[in-house]
Amino acid sequence: MTVIAIMVVLFLGGIIAWLSEAWNKDWPKWVAVGTCVIAGVVLLPLVYQADSLIAFSDADSSTWIELYEYPWIPRFGIHILFGLDGLSLLMVGLTIFLGFVAVVSSWDEIEKSPGFFQFNILWTLAGVVGVFTSLDMFLFFFFWEVMLIPMYLLIAIWGHENRSYASMKFFLFTQLSGLVMLIAILALVILNGADSGVLTFNYFELMKHQLSPDVSYWIMWGFFVAFVVKLPGFPFHSWLPDAHTQAPTAASVLLAGILLKTGAYGLLRFTIPLFPEAALQIANIAMTLGVIGIIYGAMLAFAQTDFKRLVAYSSISHMGFVLVGLYAWNELSIQGSVIQMVAHGLSTAALFMTAGAIQHRLHTRDTRDMGGLWHDMPRMGAVAMFFMVASLGMPGLGNFVGEILVLFGTFKVNPPIAVAASIGLITGAVYALIAMQRVFQGERKLTRNLRDFGVREMTAMIPLMILLIFLGVYPQPIFDLISPALSNLYSTSVNQIPWIGGLK
Amino acid sequence: MNLDVYLLLPLISLSTVILTLMMLIAFCRNLSLTCAFSSIGLMVTLLLICAMAIDIQAAQTASLVDALVTPLIIVDAYALFFSGLMVFSSLCICLLSFNYHRARGEHQDEFYLLLLLATLGGVVLSQAAHFAMFILGLELLGVSIYAMISYPRAGRFSLEAALKYLILSGVSSAIILFGIALLYAAFGTLSFAEMAVLQRENSELDALYILAGSAMLLSGLAFKLSLAPFHMWTPDVYEGAPAPVTTLLATVSKGAIFAVLFRFFLSVDNYQYETILDGLFLLAVASIIFGNLLALTQSSIKRMLAYSSIAHLGYLLVAFIAADSVGGRALAIEASAIFLLAYFLTTIGAFGVVTVMSTEASDHDVDRLDEYEGLFWRRPMLATVFSVMLLSLAGIPLTAGFIGKFYIVVSGVDAELWSLLVIVVIGSGIGIFYYLRTIFAMTKRTMVTSVVHVPQTAGWTLAAVTLLLLVFGIYPTPVIEWVSRMAQAMT
Repeated sequence: MTVIAIMVVLFLGGIIAWLSEAWNKDWPKWVAVGTCVIAGVVLLPLVYQADSLIAFSDADSSTWIELYEYPWIPRFGIHILFGLDGLSLLMVGLTIFLGFVAVVSSWDEIEKSPGFFQFNILWTLAGVVGVFTSLDMFLFFFFWEVMLIPMYLLIAIWGHENRSYASMKFFLFTQLSGLVMLIAILALVILNGADSGVLTFNYFELMKHQLSPDVSYWIMWGFFVAFVVKLPGFPFHSWLPDAHTQAPTAASVLLAGILLKTGAYGLLRFTIPLFPEAALQIANIAMTLGVIGIIYGAMLAFAQTDFKRLVAYSSISHMGFVLVGLYAWNELSIQGSVIQMVAHGLSTAALFMTAGAIQHRLHTRDTRDMGGLWHDMPRMGAVAMFFMVASLGMPGLGNFVGEILVLFGTFKVNPPIAVAASIGLITGAVYALIAMQRVFQGERKLTRNLRDFGVREMTAMIPLMILLIFLGVYPQPIFDLISPALSNLYSTSVNQIPWIGGLK
Repeated sequence: MNLDVYLLLPLISLSTVILTLMMLIAFCRNLSLTCAFSSIGLMVTLLLICAMAIDIQAAQTASLVDALVTPLIIVDAYALFFSGLMVFSSLCICLLSFNYHRARGEHQDEFYLLLLLATLGGVVLSQAAHFAMFILGLELLGVSIYAMISYPRAGRFSLEAALKYLILSGVSSAIILFGIALLYAAFGTLSFAEMAVLQRENSELDALYILAGSAMLLSGLAFKLSLAPFHMWTPDVYEGAPAPVTTLLATVSKGAIFAVLFRFFLSVDNYQYETILDGLFLLAVASIIFGNLLALTQSSIKRMLAYSSIAHLGYLLVAFIAADSVGGRALAIEASAIFLLAYFLTTIGAFGVVTVMSTEASDHDVDRLDEYEGLFWRRPMLATVFSVMLLSLAGIPLTAGFIGKFYIVVSGVDAELWSLLVIVVIGSGIGIFYYLRTIFAMTKRTMVTSVVHVPQTAGWTLAAVTLLLLVFGIYPTPVIEWVSRMAQAMT
């Protein structure tokens, strides 16, 4: 019920925020902040429940903190089936937290219809929470599409100069790949129904499917493409730089922080466990795509003169690690991928906020027009430095833990891939430091005084910093939280094809 | 009550309303009264149909033979579903067009008479079990529509549109008649049920006559359904006709013709001819591709919706073709019914917005894309309704369009029509582009400051349609249950 409560809070909060605009232009953002806080409070008791689960986490069924089922369209065996395990809980927590950060980060950036803006933010969050908790394939697809529209509107209405193109591209890529996934889902459901005599969209039931390897291979591709587009993995990444660059700050934060994670989550929760054998067949392809993403993203990031584009390409590079880690498919690499997802969400969100803050002050994103900003804005400089260093993978911060675990895990399975992927650590340092240099150091190009980060910005940034340090220094609580869920996902697939265990 | 009379109740009620309205107009010309009377008449008919629909399913008498009233008419769950759909959409058109017509001055009463006659034609078509009834319904529908398109006598475009529709529709009717004649030559009967029996039991039928007849019937009806490559008239007629008539053309006319065509194919089992299936396949592919591609370049909302309706009929053909496999037939019937329901709701809503926007424009309908720019800031509710309709056309969840598209894909997957599904995906991708472009235009900040006045009747009707669309999109279970039982009974 908690999951539903959270979604109801977010949906209602969105509507109230929209309506409140009629009375006062300042209310919507307070309503939005309040909604995120309430959703967070509703989520909190589950964290304690999760703690008690960890104590006895050997039985499969106990990995679910909450399972809720209600018939929806019985004709096709479609249920409203929400389930929350450690992994979902972590992702939902990240969603709500970054939602809060996004609202705070765009505090006085939005002038036209602030109410509708906050409505779209909150509905995106609600859709993403749905994606992270649905265990019925129809329900999952439903939320997968629902989260797109408000995000499209955020970019199309409040975006920058080239917003029409960017929002259209974003929508087309995700919607088309979504349709491919819909066909894959239906093929899975109907073919499984033909075998077992029961139509069902239930994730647990579909796990037991007995489709021939050929069929499941093709269906797996349908899922894979949809999730890799969202991730985004090479060669489906081209929507991301445009969408990020044109989106308003809050939307960039949500896009980078949580929407990209839905792709990785989909691979982890659905593609690999549903089709372990087929997934193993393409593991090398997927890992190669991941490595290409890592290196190619880093190279392009290095070449950018647009600050937001730079961060966007760095996202492609970082999400490449996630893809590699997932398809290496052992406990170490999966854990690394999940940590990388969280750490990347936090650090990139902060970088996009910085980029947004700079654009708000300078009215440009072109790094060639910047330089020496540290002089005027030391606090912003320090914050940016922190997150740039985090994103290049400095030990002691979250991203390092994620990347190193992915590399360790991958090395056991496929050493050449691991070696190639580790190049990303070097290229990451190159572009991150160059960017810092161009923007914050060097000659001061603008002499007028610029406002430094104030209390509001720092309240959003400091929790992000604390969390990243915490992840980097003591990630054990996160492992405790996610490992029952991950080992459950892992063991079901290993049980299905025993020889995959040999990869351990 | 006599069972036959009971089954004929919708037709009787509709005819009574038409006759009474004719007298009413003769004695007292009052637009409000005319509109109110027609609406109430339609509402009563709709309630009757709903009551009968529940009744019939409870009594399990939905099989084809039991429900025959005379050899001409069949009143089963399928007929009731489509009759209800026709009456519902004409009720919506009636309410939506009231302000539109009132703003256009005197002598608008006969429009409602024609609307009711067209509806009667639609209901007759969906209950036809015999080619005599089929032609009767087709002409009733067609002739009323010619007159309705040219209703604004002063408008140049509407006359042009009416003329185009008259000629092309006349030609297609002739082709249909020729096709029916050929079928008669092969079967020696005009009744669907008897044809079915002959088809099943008599192997000495002349397949050539049947093939040629079916092909002519199909191409004639494809004209009326505006399936590519028989779609040339659609954009011009859609654009030239007054918005309420365009709604009627897009919904009642197409829905009724599809219903009868599908019934004919199902009962006579025309699916056994490979050639016809190939033809249907080509029609579907061409409609989806051309409809979507041509919609891309349109700067008029009505033309865009015209092309999009061509594409949607193409999607519908996927389910039509999926009925080929005997195992998946029930699912295909269900899919087409649900898809058409979603398409009706969406089309009524979309053209309803155009109608409302055009209320005050005297000589032409407001349908240029730039006239919709910035609508979000001028009329947030109207723009939201239009966006919901466009998203529903694009098949995005929360709307009825999603359920419709879901069903199309389900029936396609079930019948393993993979190549058609790829076309559907490509078509939807192109479709998203122009739907979003329209939404994007509405979000623009522009200098257009013309105030759009949303009249009460039309406004509330639009709100109700939108609500229905969303409810059906989120909780379609009751409708699905009923329709799937209907489909089970058909096979």
